[in-house]
Amino acid sequence: MKLTLKIWRQENANAKGTIQTYPIDGIAPDMSFLEMLDVLNEKLINQGDNPVVFDHDCREGICGSCSLQINGEPHGPDRRVTTCQLHMRKFNDGDTIVIEPFRAKAFPVVKDLMIDRSAFDRIQHAGGYISVNTSGNTIDANAIPVNKENADDSFAAATCIGCGACVAACKNASAMLFTSAKVSQYALLPQGQVEATERVLSMVEQMDKEGFGNCTNTGACEVECPKGISLENIARMNREYLSASIKG
Amino acid sequence: MSTLDSKIPSGPLADKWTKHKNEIDLVNPANKRNIDVIIVGTGLAGGSAAATLAELGYNVKTFCYQDSPRRAHSIAAQGGINAAKNYQGDGDSAYRLFYDTVKGGDYRSREANVHRLAEVSTNIIDQCVAQGVPFAREYGGLLDNRSFGGVLVSRTFYAKGQTGQQLLLGAYSAMNRQINRGKIQSFNRHEMLDVVKVDGKARGIIARNLVTGEIERHAAHAVVLASGGYGNVFYLSTNAMGSNVTASWRAHRRGAYFANPCYTQIHPTCIPVSGDHQSKLTLMSESLRNDGRIWVPKKKEDAQAIRDGKLKPTQLSEHDRDYYLERRYPAFGNLVPRDVASRAAKECCDAGFGVNKTGEAVYLDFASAIERYGKEKALTEKISNPTAAEIYKMGAAVIENKYGNLFQMYEKIVDENPYKTPMMIYPAVHYTMGGLWVDYNLQTTVEGLYATGEANFSDHGANRLGASALMQGLADGYFVLPYTIGDYLSKDIRTGKIPTDTKEFDQAENEVKDRINKLMSGSGERSVDYYHKKLGKIMWNKCGMSRNEKDLKEAIEEIAALREDFWNNVKVPGTKDTLNQELEKAGRVADFLELGELFAKDALDRKESCGGHFREESVELDGPQKGEALRDDKNFKYVSAWEYKGAPKEALLHKEELNFENIELKTRSYK
Repeated sequence: MKLTLKIWRQENANAKGTIQTYPIDGIAPDMSFLEMLDVLNEKLINQGDNPVVFDHDCREGICGSCSLQINGEPHGPDRRVTTCQLHMRKFNDGDTIVIEPFRAKAFPVVKDLMIDRSAFDRIQHAGGYISVNTSGNTIDANAIPVNKENADDSFAAATCIGCGACVAACKNASAMLFTSAKVSQYALLPQGQVEATERVLSMVEQMDKEGFGNCTNTGACEVECPKGISLENIARMNREYLSASIKG
Repeated sequence: MSTLDSKIPSGPLADKWTKHKNEIDLVNPANKRNIDVIIVGTGLAGGSAAATLAELGYNVKTFCYQDSPRRAHSIAAQGGINAAKNYQGDGDSAYRLFYDTVKGGDYRSREANVHRLAEVSTNIIDQCVAQGVPFAREYGGLLDNRSFGGVLVSRTFYAKGQTGQQLLLGAYSAMNRQINRGKIQSFNRHEMLDVVKVDGKARGIIARNLVTGEIERHAAHAVVLASGGYGNVFYLSTNAMGSNVTASWRAHRRGAYFANPCYTQIHPTCIPVSGDHQSKLTLMSESLRNDGRIWVPKKKEDAQAIRDGKLKPTQLSEHDRDYYLERRYPAFGNLVPRDVASRAAKECCDAGFGVNKTGEAVYLDFASAIERYGKEKALTEKISNPTAAEIYKMGAAVIENKYGNLFQMYEKIVDENPYKTPMMIYPAVHYTMGGLWVDYNLQTTVEGLYATGEANFSDHGANRLGASALMQGLADGYFVLPYTIGDYLSKDIRTGKIPTDTKEFDQAENEVKDRINKLMSGSGERSVDYYHKKLGKIMWNKCGMSRNEKDLKEAIEEIAALREDFWNNVKVPGTKDTLNQELEKAGRVADFLELGELFAKDALDRKESCGGHFREESVELDGPQKGEALRDDKNFKYVSAWEYKGAPKEALLHKEELNFENIELKTRSYK
């Protein structure tokens, strides 16, 4: 396959970025999108140019490192996959592909396509945990039965990989899907309910502080989420937040 | 030859850990506030240790190269975590978990460490549930279990195919609580480039801020390396792209012995290589072997027709298939340990029965499981005379519920529907049992320097059983290290803050800077990846699934030559004082180029076959085990611990004899 790549290049957080064009040839349909970028980088290095910087690590869709806005969509045109699991067979010979970083005020560009998502970490520092010491001296794991449906829903929320596609997909750059997935995971388990009130208030407060936008229920986040995190989590967080605000 | 002191406590096996905990020194809470600990790596072993040490009151600094601790590669573990809970009432116990682990490791691990691991395994599950880890449950609300390779009980706890993710997020949440309290300072996008020793003790590290390129000094009273394994020495592996040996190797160069580097786990069920562009390999969880049946065509001409695209696997009748694991190992069938399953797949493919274009793949087939589950479901749903289509639909739904994410991942990568056509799989490098030598306290041969999780060597012998890596990482971090490191730190309560403006830090920092300058000053002919791929090829072809003297000797020479070429001709673009991913990779590959040579030397020294280490010269020549690996307990019942002496081939061997007082050494048979 022969492609034309239009890639966002930006030297550092303070520099001004531009789109640059790179023709590329010899791309096989079985390559992953990131392997296609590896080919480009190898070429750039051999030409004496600086390779394109992007975040990636596990390359199996679970670490949440990779991002990329591909032709305007977070993680590209395929559904339920991260960029590392997107394969070139989803594109056609001769295509032009525009590759940008995820765009959000709360995710500043570090370099080229690499962004700073530490805002997500800080939301979790604010309350994304159950306050139990790791001494191992807790009750037996089977002492509290958990309704299977709740356990499964909790797990589904917990599969969020923290990639930030939800924010990049949202016209308001809202982090509601991410935050609500974390709130839901704990709210659905008896172990998490003890601190539920405080948790939702602190996490939402931190989310607002980070400069994420508001949710206007367009559902773009759910569509683009590589893990299929459900909008129901946002509804659940809103309920939790409302009841916490009344109590609090 | 010196004798290594493993510091195993005296007394009966089952009492050793309790006795040891009762006898070690403690640090009082007020003093803990004055003691700093550095932890490198934030996977299960590092994240859990960081959280626990911070809860206890120590000041913790964590370092990871990723942008968040939550992205460490433990997150990619799929299948599950073992624990001797015996919730299924199928005869499990701490002793049985201990026994299975020692046997699975082909009698090359330390009894006392493994028993401790089995003892604390049950605490892990209690702890994780209390933290809100959403394990799979049954309809009654209690925890579910599945079985894994090499054992006869169901002791594996799981969260679909994302168990590692859920456990890591649990450890990360515990870290977050301590970050919020100010007890952990988390340095992300930082890479450790050296250990600093003061008066023989590890007292800090030199790290590079990967965003600014700045070289930083960090001091502490003790340093813990939880930096994972070195599978990426093979270039292609199931490890993350950034997984590396640098922290361990730098420690090795500072005096930490490196143990059993040749013990590598080649996992049998990975997605086969599709071409030269391949950057990494993807694992399909071993749990799939609970329901999938592994086979190749019985006739070579059928295999050839499949490779040529003229025949589909679903067209072959039962009679024309060779379910070779079921045939060769009737007792364990498809659930033999990983090393055995991998070697069997290689033998089939080498003999010409491979089923993908390159002839390096075997089938993992779910058709009979789908039918079995479909029929069961029809029975419980009281559907009489269900049609084949109905059975298939119900069966496929059960499989989807169990392995949905894995099937989806397979389909995205291979572009084939595994519900309809059997998966193709092939072995790939997955885990390294070798690592820094540690004593019972997890301390390396450098005082104050600890190694936990995959970075150490201690628990899995020559082969790790499935679902035991997560167990070991969390056991070390939550329940073992917090006790043993306290014993060491109790001597440091009067030491005071460790200064960084000393000659030792000056020297280490200068050495790090010199090395970076050297990396940047190559003639610039070839990229870092070029060298990494070349190294990987040597490793896979000559130090891979089967090894012989001639290949290993060649590997040692070839790696040394490649290393020299690398240092002369590598091309690292950009500058050292900015974000530079090529420079990061160059430093890591430089260390792999040293480790690879030691790896081959170790494999050459160990003339027996054991676990994942298969020497072609050492096989059973006759009897019921004919052709299987032949272990040599008389000559090789030891841990190889290598001391750094300049060039890796000059490394000095120290042997730790392994004593088996509680388990009788037997031929490992899964027949």
